[in-house]
Amino acid sequence: MASLDRVKVLVLGDSGVGKSSLVHLLCQNQVLGNPSWTVGCSVDVRVHDYKEGTPEEKTYYIELWDVGGSVGSASSVKSTRAVFYNSVNGIILVHDLTNKKSSQNLYRWSMEALNRDLVLTGVLVTNGDYDREQFADNQMPLLIIGTKLDQIHETKRHEVLTRTAFLAEDFNAEEINLDCTNPRYLAAGSSNAVKISRFFDKVIEKRYFLREGNQIPGFPDRKRFGGTLKSLHYD
Amino acid sequence: MSFLIDSSIVITSQILFFGFGWLFFMRQLFKDYEVRQYAVQVIFSVTFAFSCTMFELIIFEILGVLNSSSRYFHWKMNLCVILLILIFMVPFYIGYFVVSNIRLLHKQRLPFSCLLWLTFMYFFWKLGDPFPILSPKHGILSIEQLISRVGVIGVTLMALLSGFGAVNCPYTYMSYFLRNVTDTDILALERRLLQTMDMIISKKKRMAMARRTMFQRGEVPNKPSGFWGILKSVTASAPGSEMPDLTLIQQEVDALEELSRQLFLETTDLYATKERIEYSKTFKGKYFNFLGYFFSIYCVWKIFMATINIVFDRVGKTDPVTRGIEITVNYLGIQFDVKFWSQHISFILVGIIIVTSIRGLLITLTKFFYAISSSKSSNVIVLLLAQIMGMYFVSSVLLIRMSMPLEYRTIITEVLGELQFNFYHRWFDVIFLVSALSSILFLYLAHKQAPEKHMTP
Repeated sequence: MASLDRVKVLVLGDSGVGKSSLVHLLCQNQVLGNPSWTVGCSVDVRVHDYKEGTPEEKTYYIELWDVGGSVGSASSVKSTRAVFYNSVNGIILVHDLTNKKSSQNLYRWSMEALNRDLVLTGVLVTNGDYDREQFADNQMPLLIIGTKLDQIHETKRHEVLTRTAFLAEDFNAEEINLDCTNPRYLAAGSSNAVKISRFFDKVIEKRYFLREGNQIPGFPDRKRFGGTLKSLHYD
Repeated sequence: MSFLIDSSIVITSQILFFGFGWLFFMRQLFKDYEVRQYAVQVIFSVTFAFSCTMFELIIFEILGVLNSSSRYFHWKMNLCVILLILIFMVPFYIGYFVVSNIRLLHKQRLPFSCLLWLTFMYFFWKLGDPFPILSPKHGILSIEQLISRVGVIGVTLMALLSGFGAVNCPYTYMSYFLRNVTDTDILALERRLLQTMDMIISKKKRMAMARRTMFQRGEVPNKPSGFWGILKSVTASAPGSEMPDLTLIQQEVDALEELSRQLFLETTDLYATKERIEYSKTFKGKYFNFLGYFFSIYCVWKIFMATINIVFDRVGKTDPVTRGIEITVNYLGIQFDVKFWSQHISFILVGIIIVTSIRGLLITLTKFFYAISSSKSSNVIVLLLAQIMGMYFVSSVLLIRMSMPLEYRTIITEVLGELQFNFYHRWFDVIFLVSALSSILFLYLAHKQAPEKHMTP
């Protein structure tokens, strides 16, 4: 049982956006009853079937490392957090749909995590600030998840979802918007579940099946606006 | 006519202070959050503005700017507004936001927040009973009653912060207290942390696999509920089932997670100490180290003076400015224009006290806010901070009276009424002493405990 292969995925985001609830929902298919602050890092494991339904199906362990804290923490906290960023295979960025600052902070979170392993191919124009060159050539699979969807009023939904679509495009990543207290959003067969499954498949492929420099086949290259509109509908 | 000019000067400065409070709120306090309730920001800035106006009026008093009667009028008005904010508005809003956070009471927000406010008023009133703060000839609903209670709370806060600050300041500045941390220590701790995380992961893998197998077999892993459920679960775990006991593994995981949290905090501590060691080798670090020695002497002297004041039941009659001038004139024989110099020196002294106390309070509040706030509670915490800030500033005015020469004290005495000022100074000394001594004890224990943690392998 313990001899299955494993991949490591970081779950990053501001304090209070719902990372612990999300991880609990992904790994145990249950809603987290009493969320409390995460000190340091909490890990959970999800058993995932790679290429489910095909002859090449294989089971993997996916470790979800939920790193607590805020992006403006003291440098001693950042140095300690950096110990968790070693040999990461994928990153899930979580933001709160009701709090714009948490979405903006995602840039800084990804810089903090990626600066450990990334080989810069573009020229850094700014000094440590977000630079699009880096993300264009980024090889690390990213997934953007927006939480607390139920707290957005119907009338504001379109505006919020357009904003998050641009955010996901900046990161060259897929995006999902949900409510962590409702398992319906990740029910088997829903479009969200399919996206998560595809993300984990991409992470596993990158780790075990591809050599350096290959393009990942079969993934929609760049989302056009039609593609983003599709993600606004929910099953 | 002159009244209009004076009023316009005061109001312009109030608007300036309001703007400063607004900027401080946006740039410093709330830089990681989104402001959704503008009422909170407005209340904070208004409290800040009116508190600063009080200090401004003291300075005007010393310098003799503006007409005396218009100064008096503005004092009274300022005081009324501040009391209104501190006793009516801020507590009511705190209650309102606390109730809004609780989902159950969401519908009946207003009546519950009124209830909370009434509870606050009851305790606030009861606060005045054990203290001899008033001469008995005042009515129930007068300004003196309210100010006296606000003063007690504020003076307690001031003394607590003062005591802790006086002890903590040399402790942080001086590098004598820095523990020796090497890179190998940090690496060893990090390795332990990662090992613990690996152990947690392997246990969670077993649990996840067990859950998946049970799910595939159609069994439902439910917790035993009720008496019969427990009986059933006992009999159901018959020999032959190779399912690992999930609850036992969960307990082990909980213990390991607690350990990982401890290790994380210790590692953060070590990194912080290492940074401080590197900082102390720089020029700025050496300068602060020297200041630290100076402040530790000052702190010891203050504790000594507080003890003397309490033991000998002595409340200083003269302020430091007049005493300083007396000493120089009588003992050192230097002659100079007493009136002129006393005015300027007291202006500088009072100005320094005001600026450092404002700056110190804002920095402390910011640190406190970063440490304990989250996106849900940020509004409540900011309002609490505004309340603390208002009470702090009001009692600074009370205590600053002692540092001013007699001729400038009159306006404060006139405006604030017949308070027993001596009581406040005595109370400040007592709380200061208690706070300083307990901080010394606390820091000593924390310092002693830390090296032992790293000695054990």
